[in-house]
Amino acid sequence: MNSVLHQTRDLSRNGWAVWGLALIAAWLFSQLTVDLLPWAHKYPRDWIWPIRFEITAFMKWLVNDATFGLFTFKELTRSVSWLLDWPLTAATSLFSTGLMKGQGSDAVQLTPPLAWLAVLGVLAAMGHYARDWKLAALVGGCFLYLAVFGQWDSAMVTLSSIVVAVPIGVAGGLMLGILAYRSPWFEKAIRPVLDLMQTVPIFAYLVPILFLFGFGPVAAMTATIIYAMPPMVRVTVLALRQVADEIVDFGRMVGCTRRQMTWKVLVPAAMPSLMVGVNQVIMLSLNMVIIASMIGAGGLGFDVLSALRRLDIGAGLEAGIAIVVLAIALDRLSQAFASRPPPQHHDQPQGWVRRHPWLSFSILWIALTGIGGLLLEPVQAYPETLELTTASFWGELVKYINITFFDYLEGIKTFFLLNLLIPFKRFLLDIPWAVIAALAGLAGWRLGGWKLALTAFSLSLLIAATGQWEKAMVTVYLCGISVVIASLIGIPIGILAAQNQRAGKVVQVIIDTLQTLPSFVYLMPVVMLFRVGDFAAMIAVVAYALAPAIRYTAHGIRQIDPNLVEAGIAAGCTRWQVLGKIKLPLALPEIMLGINQTIMLALSMLVITALVGTRDLGQEVYIALTKADTGRGIVAGLSVAFIAIIADRLIAAGSGHMRRRLGLAEEGGGK
Amino acid sequence: MKDSPVKLSCRGVWKLFGPDPKRFLARHNHAPDNAAIADAGLIGAVCDANIEVREGEIFIIMGLSGSGKSTLVRCLSRLIEPTGGEVIFDNRDLLTASEAEMIEIRRHKMGMVFQHFALLPHLTVLGNVAFPLEVQGVARAAREARALEVIELVGLKGREGYYPRELSGGQQQRVGIARSLAVEPEIWFLDEPFSALDPLIRREMQDEFLRLQSVLKKTIVFITHDFDEAIRLADRVAIMKDGWTIQIGTPEALVTAPADDYVAEFTKDIPRAKVLSAASVMEPPGGDYAGEVPAEARVADVAARVEAADKPHAVVSDGTIVGQLTRQIVIDVLVGREVGGGGQT
Ligand SMILES: Nc1ncnc2c1ncn2[C@@H]1O[C@H](COP(=O)(O)OP(=O)(O)OP(=O)(O)O)[C@@H](O)[C@H]1O
Ligand SMILES: [Mg+2]
Repeated sequence: MNSVLHQTRDLSRNGWAVWGLALIAAWLFSQLTVDLLPWAHKYPRDWIWPIRFEITAFMKWLVNDATFGLFTFKELTRSVSWLLDWPLTAATSLFSTGLMKGQGSDAVQLTPPLAWLAVLGVLAAMGHYARDWKLAALVGGCFLYLAVFGQWDSAMVTLSSIVVAVPIGVAGGLMLGILAYRSPWFEKAIRPVLDLMQTVPIFAYLVPILFLFGFGPVAAMTATIIYAMPPMVRVTVLALRQVADEIVDFGRMVGCTRRQMTWKVLVPAAMPSLMVGVNQVIMLSLNMVIIASMIGAGGLGFDVLSALRRLDIGAGLEAGIAIVVLAIALDRLSQAFASRPPPQHHDQPQGWVRRHPWLSFSILWIALTGIGGLLLEPVQAYPETLELTTASFWGELVKYINITFFDYLEGIKTFFLLNLLIPFKRFLLDIPWAVIAALAGLAGWRLGGWKLALTAFSLSLLIAATGQWEKAMVTVYLCGISVVIASLIGIPIGILAAQNQRAGKVVQVIIDTLQTLPSFVYLMPVVMLFRVGDFAAMIAVVAYALAPAIRYTAHGIRQIDPNLVEAGIAAGCTRWQVLGKIKLPLALPEIMLGINQTIMLALSMLVITALVGTRDLGQEVYIALTKADTGRGIVAGLSVAFIAIIADRLIAAGSGHMRRRLGLAEEGGGK
Repeated sequence: MKDSPVKLSCRGVWKLFGPDPKRFLARHNHAPDNAAIADAGLIGAVCDANIEVREGEIFIIMGLSGSGKSTLVRCLSRLIEPTGGEVIFDNRDLLTASEAEMIEIRRHKMGMVFQHFALLPHLTVLGNVAFPLEVQGVARAAREARALEVIELVGLKGREGYYPRELSGGQQQRVGIARSLAVEPEIWFLDEPFSALDPLIRREMQDEFLRLQSVLKKTIVFITHDFDEAIRLADRVAIMKDGWTIQIGTPEALVTAPADDYVAEFTKDIPRAKVLSAASVMEPPGGDYAGEVPAEARVADVAARVEAADKPHAVVSDGTIVGQLTRQIVIDVLVGREVGGGGQT
């Protein structure tokens, strides 16, 4: 241990020297070689690897000509569409349109959809079943809000997509997770795919799916399922591994077959942890269903999107708030299901109705409101005359703010742009690409050895080689500035939350809520105040990526061994000294992981801010999406993923390094 | 019991953890020593175990934490694959049985009780106890009837509808015991079944266990790290240390003739009178007796009688007098003085 300490100390002393030399060398190289080695400064156009055209051509071939002998690829996607289409139609009929006969404008409604009172009552009953009256009131209140403020129809379209996507995502994730648990070989194969899927920005999924499935609800559904499934796979593998060894031994001792072992022992024993995964699938599905409005999902997401395009702030905010309300209701409800207390014995009451009170109530309530709806219109649909709209209020408010505070807002924006954003962007774009790639490699080598060096360098090279370098640097610059600002705001808040219990509770509630909001929602207030451009994008990214910086800092400080803090106090440290000399250094590895998460979130949000007009990789993906240019979208999406992977691996290695140095974890390792 | 047929045995069983242990074992001719194992970076969890468990016997495996008890028992039930050796159950080598055969054997012939109970949290007591039968595909009515029988046997009648977390530790382990008995196993493994319970409950459960065994007469392999428990329950004890079986014998043999200091350390604080039999401390027969005591009776159980009498008691084995027990001997044993009896092992 001691010798290890010595070594690392020597290394870190050498470290500064190495970095100093490297930076000087980089500067000299940039200054001196402009004419000598122009290719190292600007990646030559002729050297660009035309992979994006190859991908596009391949996709075209796939869709038009590929065949698996018995059936063609097109038939395959058609049948997937068909398979997804009918549950989606069923759900939409149930929640929003009613059972229809015929097509288009000749369609006749055979039965009405569920009455609004029915949906509201059943969801409130679920809240009561899962926890208590308070949750029932919250859920009921959220849906009442949707009805009163005229968002019911769109919300029901969104809800139908979720009702279909979540079971498929959960079942698929569970199956893959079980396979991965059983077969280490399969797990090895699937792990990198899961890693990549989590770093590839959301928009990038949409491009190939749009190409394969065409514009429409089914394509949106496919994207939603693919996006929401990976965390369920992870959670499943983790949850099954956590089942106590004794329980597994028990299952084998009573002679379970593999299938019995899985379904009668492992899955039920892991149920509480699995429910956490279900909650994640629900929230991710909601996020994606909103974004997938770009490829044909209707509902609240579509309302936001079209309002954004019209720059109709009032309508957009209204729909945005409705999304927030829906997100909160679904999140609290599914969390309550996940943490439902385990069952208690009770004397089995007689009769089906008394044994299933909630279910009986729901059935009865649906029947009652169904009949009531036929007789009384307001039972079926919330009367339009009683609807309130806040759109004009929001519109006026924004107008007022923009008129009154125009100078301030514009001043802030210009100040930041001139003094921070633009200079930094210029600086980054001026550095030769070869220098940045080499520095990334050097960082990899210092922190994790030659393997990491190779990863960092070759991924950088790939970004340059596919002709994405400039756009990638714009991404790095926006992401970098946003992360720095988010950290500057988030870390102090995290410290405060850890030091002060009351503040901690308030902060917790706020970041919990922030994290349930779909990323789309963040765009609304930003556009409202700062319209479009890099500064608006930066604000949205900071707001979206703030939560992990706060959460990890607070957690890092709270988990410090209290003995160490007491030792510090006993040695006569002041409160600030305890914080600066004991708590922060010890919490640093955890804080770094928080920053890592912040970077990941920032990158995923950055792509969405393409909607407010940035000129980075996100924009590239967005353009690809509007043109259905698969190759372009995939290449740009992968470049974002590469940036994320480089940042993730470097920071994880750095954090592991630091942990080992502090003696916090002997085993260490990258992640 | 000595003459009952062997139910379960193992010969030269090894379990090594680490890289490529099978090759290592072959290279060392199935007899590596501790130094060789450590040099190869392996962990010897079970080293060259040779054990015979006879029908109807309570065979106890004892040792400190980490000595390899659980690993050995898991090798015997083939929950883990031994690195080498053979395990023979009812005259067939378990290690050559196919997956399907193992499932059949475990379903009908083996039962196991776990240290931390391993109850399924989503099932009631009834559901847990009926579970092994459910796995076998027994119809609901039949399996629940059988489950109710064993639940009553372990004294939990009336709690069938409870969930595990609503029960105390002792009650949970009763469920574990009932569950392992539901299939009427021929061999019953118990891995430290009472270690997680507090001492008073532990004692009560040991009594309960003895009561059950007097009715059921199972062949039992029982793990404990508590020598008191071993003496109370065992017919024979195997003592393990760092994977090796140091000594196998009756509790009495371990006390009177410990194989090494490690065994002696275990038995040090045990009251001799509770372990030693009349036969092991008797002196040669005299002629004039106040009464008779059986040769296998523990000194503690007959002490009061022998002390109260003026004359020695005859020690009787199979109807013939093999020696005599005097007041002096009993007192010597009780106060812990060395006794130079004609000890047998
Ligand atoms: N899967 C494994 N991999 C590596 N080593 C193991 C593994 N399982 C057990 N061991 C090691 O084998 C040795 C014996 O473990 P075992 O669990 O059999 O001990 P035990 O006597 O049952 O102890 P306890 O009283 O704590 O239950 C220990 O040193 C343990 O660390
Ligand atoms: Mg053990």
